[in-house]
This record gives sequence, C-alpha cells and structure tokens, in this order.
Amino acid sequence: MSSRMRNILIPIIAVLLGVLVGTIIMIVSGYDAVAGFQALWNGAFGDIYFTGEVVRQVTPYILAGLAVAFAFRTGLFNIGVEGQLIVGWVAAVWVGVSFDLPKIFHLPLAVLAAAVAGALWAFIPGYLKAKFRVHEVIVTIMLNYTALHITNHFIRTVLSDGKERSENIATTASLRSPFFEGLTEYSRMHWGIFIAIICAIIMWFILEKTTRGFELRAVGFNEHASQYAGMNVKQNIILSMVISGTFAGLAGAMEGLGTFGYTAIKGGFTGVGFDGIAVALLGANTAIGVVLAAILFGSLKVGALNMPLEAGIPNELVDIIIALIIFFVASSYIIRWFIDRISKKGAK
Amino acid sequence: MGLMDILLIIIPSTLLWASPLILTALGGIFSERSGVINIGLEGLMVIGAFSAIVFNLSTASVLGNWTPWVALLVAALAGALFSGIHAVASITFRADHTVSGVAINLLAVGVTLFLVKLIYDKGQTDIIQKGFSKIDVPILSDIPFIGPLFFSNTYWTSYFAIAVAIIAWFVVFKTPFGLRLRSTGEHPMAADTMGINVTKMRYIGVLLSGALGGLGGAVYAQSISSDFSHATISGQGFMALAAMIFGKWHPLGAMGAAIFFGFAQSLSIIGNSLPFLENVPNVYLLIAPYILTILALTGFIGRADAPKSIGTHYIKGSR
Repeated sequence: MSSRMRNILIPIIAVLLGVLVGTIIMIVSGYDAVAGFQALWNGAFGDIYFTGEVVRQVTPYILAGLAVAFAFRTGLFNIGVEGQLIVGWVAAVWVGVSFDLPKIFHLPLAVLAAAVAGALWAFIPGYLKAKFRVHEVIVTIMLNYTALHITNHFIRTVLSDGKERSENIATTASLRSPFFEGLTEYSRMHWGIFIAIICAIIMWFILEKTTRGFELRAVGFNEHASQYAGMNVKQNIILSMVISGTFAGLAGAMEGLGTFGYTAIKGGFTGVGFDGIAVALLGANTAIGVVLAAILFGSLKVGALNMPLEAGIPNELVDIIIALIIFFVASSYIIRWFIDRISKKGAK
Repeated sequence: MGLMDILLIIIPSTLLWASPLILTALGGIFSERSGVINIGLEGLMVIGAFSAIVFNLSTASVLGNWTPWVALLVAALAGALFSGIHAVASITFRADHTVSGVAINLLAVGVTLFLVKLIYDKGQTDIIQKGFSKIDVPILSDIPFIGPLFFSNTYWTSYFAIAVAIIAWFVVFKTPFGLRLRSTGEHPMAADTMGINVTKMRYIGVLLSGALGGLGGAVYAQSISSDFSHATISGQGFMALAAMIFGKWHPLGAMGAAIFFGFAQSLSIIGNSLPFLENVPNVYLLIAPYILTILALTGFIGRADAPKSIGTHYIKGSR
C-alpha cells in the first residue's frame, strides 16, 4: 500500500475506532446508541441554526489547529496555544472597548492586536528554546497558567473596575454579521470564518511555496542537517513559534470579536487550545487536513450539546470520543502495523 | 498581628495545599525517571479525586472514620489503572509521550464528568461527610513553640505526603530497583545490555505515577474541595509537574518545591488577611510557581536537566 494512501487511512481508522468505543460506552452505560447518534447529528445539522453554530465553533478550531500544526512542522510542540489564545482574546477586546474609530480601521486594529499579543506570548518559549535549549512543552504549559492569571488580573483592573467581565466591544470592532445571522436564524456565526480559511491558505503557502517554509520544515525534519546546510536554526525556531502564536492569537480574536463580543474572568481554560492539538494531529499537520478535522470536531462539539436534550446522554461522551481519537492517531504505529499485516495477507 | 500568629495561619495552610502537589510530583518523578514524559498528571489527579469522592460518598455509612483512608487506596488503584492507558500508548504503541499525556488529561475529564452525570444525574457530586479533618498531633503538639507551629491544626495527610517523599527518595536513590529505574531513563540500551527489562521498568514507572497522582487527587478532593465537579482539579497537576522540574527530578527537591508552591497558593488565598500582603495583588503569588519554573529551566536559578532519554522509545536492536 502506498504511504500516501496509508496516511489518509490512519486518521479515518482512528475516527472510526473512536466512534466505535464511544458506541460501546453508550451501550454499556445503558443508553440508546442509535438515539444518541441521531441527537448528535440533529444537534449539528438538523437545523440551519445549529449549522451556523457549527461554523462558529469551527472558526477558532481551524486557527488553533493551524497554530499547533505549524509549530509541529518545525518540530516544535506548542501546547501553549491555549495561553496565546487567551492573551489574543483579551488584547482584541481591549482594543475593541477603548478606541473610537471607523470600522475600516477599528476592526483590523483589533484583529491585529490579538495576532501581535499571541505572537509575543509565543515568542517567549521560542526564544528560550533557541537561546537556552529549554524544552518548549514545559515553558508553554507554564505560560498557559501565567496567561490565565495575568489576563484575569487585567480584566479586573484595566478592563473593568473589579468586575467579572469587560464592557461589550464597540460595533466598529465586531466581527458579527447580520447577514449570516439572518441566514442561520440568529446563530452566532460571524465573518471570522473567512479569516480562518485565509490563514489556512497562508499556512499552506508559507510551508509549501516559500524558501523560508522549506527551511522551517527542514529544521523540523533534522535540526543538525539544517544547521550544516547553512540554515539559521535558532531564527527558524523563533519564527515558527511566533507564526504559530499569531494563529493562536487570531483564534482568540474570533472569540473576543465574533462569538462573545466581550471577555470575562476565567476559572479555567477555554479548551479550544487543547482541542487544537487534536485538530492538528488528526489533520496530519497539513492546512487542508486541519480544516477538515476542525469541521469534524466542531460538528461533534456543537452536536453534543443536543445529546442530553434529545437522548438523555451526557455531552461529555463527545469529549471522550475526541480524546480517544487522539490516542488512536498517536498510536498510529500499531495501526500501521495492522494495515501492513492485512495488506500483506491480501497479496498472498 | 504578631509574627507568631501569622506563622500559625500560614504553616498548616501551606502544608495542606502542598500535600497533593508533593504526592503528584513524586508520581511524575517515577514516570520521568524511567524515561516516559508524563504531562497527564493533571488527568491522573482528576481520576483520583473522582474515585475517592464517589467511594467516600457510597461507603461512608459503613466505614465511618476510616472512609477517607480507604478511599485513598481506591484512588491509587484507579489512578494506576488509568495510567495504564498512557503506558500502553507511549511504551508499547510508541505514541508520542506528550500527545498521549494530553489525551490522558482530556479523557480523564470526559470520563469522570460522564460518570458523575450517569451516577448522580447532575453536574457535580454531593459534599462528602467524612473528609480529612484538622487534628492536633497527640504529645507532639504540646512541645513549646514547635508544637503549635507544626503539629497543631494540621492534617494527617501532610505528614503522609512528607513520609511518602522520604520513602520515594530512598527507593529511587538507595535501592537496586531505583538504580534500574533511573538507568532506563538515562540510557535504555545500556540498561538492556545489563539485563534490565526496559519495557517492564517503564511500565512500573508509569503505573507508580498513576497511583501517586491518584493519591494526590484524592487528598485534594477529601481535604480541600470535599466534592467533585469539573473545577475540582484545575491546574494542580500542572503545578505538580512544575514542582517536579523545579525540584530537578529529585524526590526531596520536588517535595521542597511543592511546599514552596503550596506556600504561594495558600498566600494567594489567605494573603488578604495578612497585614503586610493586603496591598499586593494576588496575581503575583498565583503566577510565581510557573515563572520560577521557567527561570529554573532557563538556568537562572540552578539548571534543571531532565533524564537523558526522556520521551524516546526504546526499540530493541535499533541503534
């Protein structure tokens, strides 16, 4: 079997296995699995409103997935997407509430602020990795919590007077779309989906069509060979983290300027950054794969909300399925081994 | 408020917050010393907290005052069992350790909340009636000065965690088992050549981390939160991970780091009632553990180096 075919088969098998185990869990817990999947489907596509909500959820998933995937291609594991997303969210809302500008300047400025905030937050682990050889996984985990506490403090002191949430952003900074809202019976679908798609194209272009992208991938394949070939490995590591953080910051802008229009004190993480890891892995770290995986996970997440209502099944079932899919994709070694065995038997 | 009064508040509170961190950080040490990265500590704590609370709620009427202790045992078993998934994925199936750890964290939250809704038909459990409660250690608390500071108004679990840390230090550095465990984390091929079963040692390391992570979660749930919901364990596992690194993968170092982080955590909660801290925003105390860990990794405060072969897969016969 060609390796290309195998690379497409592995995510599909992983998803099927995840769904299979999910079904088993439903049956063992005494739930009606058929009703469960029906509720899941109806919750995502049964009504145009729900489909609008799916698009709304897919938007930050694409950007978070791109953020993780881009770093992965340079051999970096950015677990800090969550933290970069939070600082991006707050930066976008900060611009959204504190400036008074015409829309043509205000909205781009707010989006830019989110991108810059995310990029700066990701610059720290990139710099520490390049300069001090500190592993980016630990630094980004630590920076996630740092971001959470600092932004909470910022919301309490700068964005409000000791309140739990900020003001709503000015309409001139909003990504909300009356057009989409009318189309989808007032779902929260917004213009951000175009930003997400454009970013996916940008990522594909940078990695596949530019010299710099070639260097980034080369560093991911073999750092020492790249160094020997005259590439500036340290600079590429920092650049990769910064671009990754830019995507993550933009994902925060989607939440701040599109879905919610404000920011509030958080007791814990949004989860979008961690789901982004799942999206990137399932999408095999390619732009098109990320978009497809984001659509799948977005539909699952939104559809799940209908499961308790229609079938009486806790929506956490979908979280279990997503986690299992990560396990199966990560364990692709064993799936590969099975595929090879089966295809060898077929050849005999 | 005199210094003595402040210490009387801070010391027991520090030890209370530190004990789950100590236990979980020790778990991380066993796993990572064997060569398997474990960022799933958070998820293992979730499993521990959940199983302890459920066990506690359903058997408190039978076991009485022994309930929380038996629940610790149950939580350790549940944690070990759950970490088996991480072990199989990252050792046998050669999955990326970090990815598997992320999946462990997501899976733990999903599974436990699913079960809470299945069992109790609501988003969180009831409050347990038989948790760990404050005690004055007999005899020792009568010692002047030291007694009130270290042995009054405190919890048995604090001493338990410190005792486990000392045992872990002995096991890791003073026994043949510990030497073997460390060798598979440093140089698995050399270990294999000497007849050590690398796969087995790594499995043991990960399962121990599951048991200790489960204990950490159970201690937290039964002495601090008293119930289980989505917010019970929110970051303690990652803070334990930080303590492990800050303590340079050494059991006693991790214990010291965990006590220090527990100190920062308890200050961020009770700081407002202390005269010299009421004007300091608690954000500094909240982020201190994380920033210090980054600084330690960078080498500004004594460089922390991970075991050499951490995160790699040992494949027999490959060079």
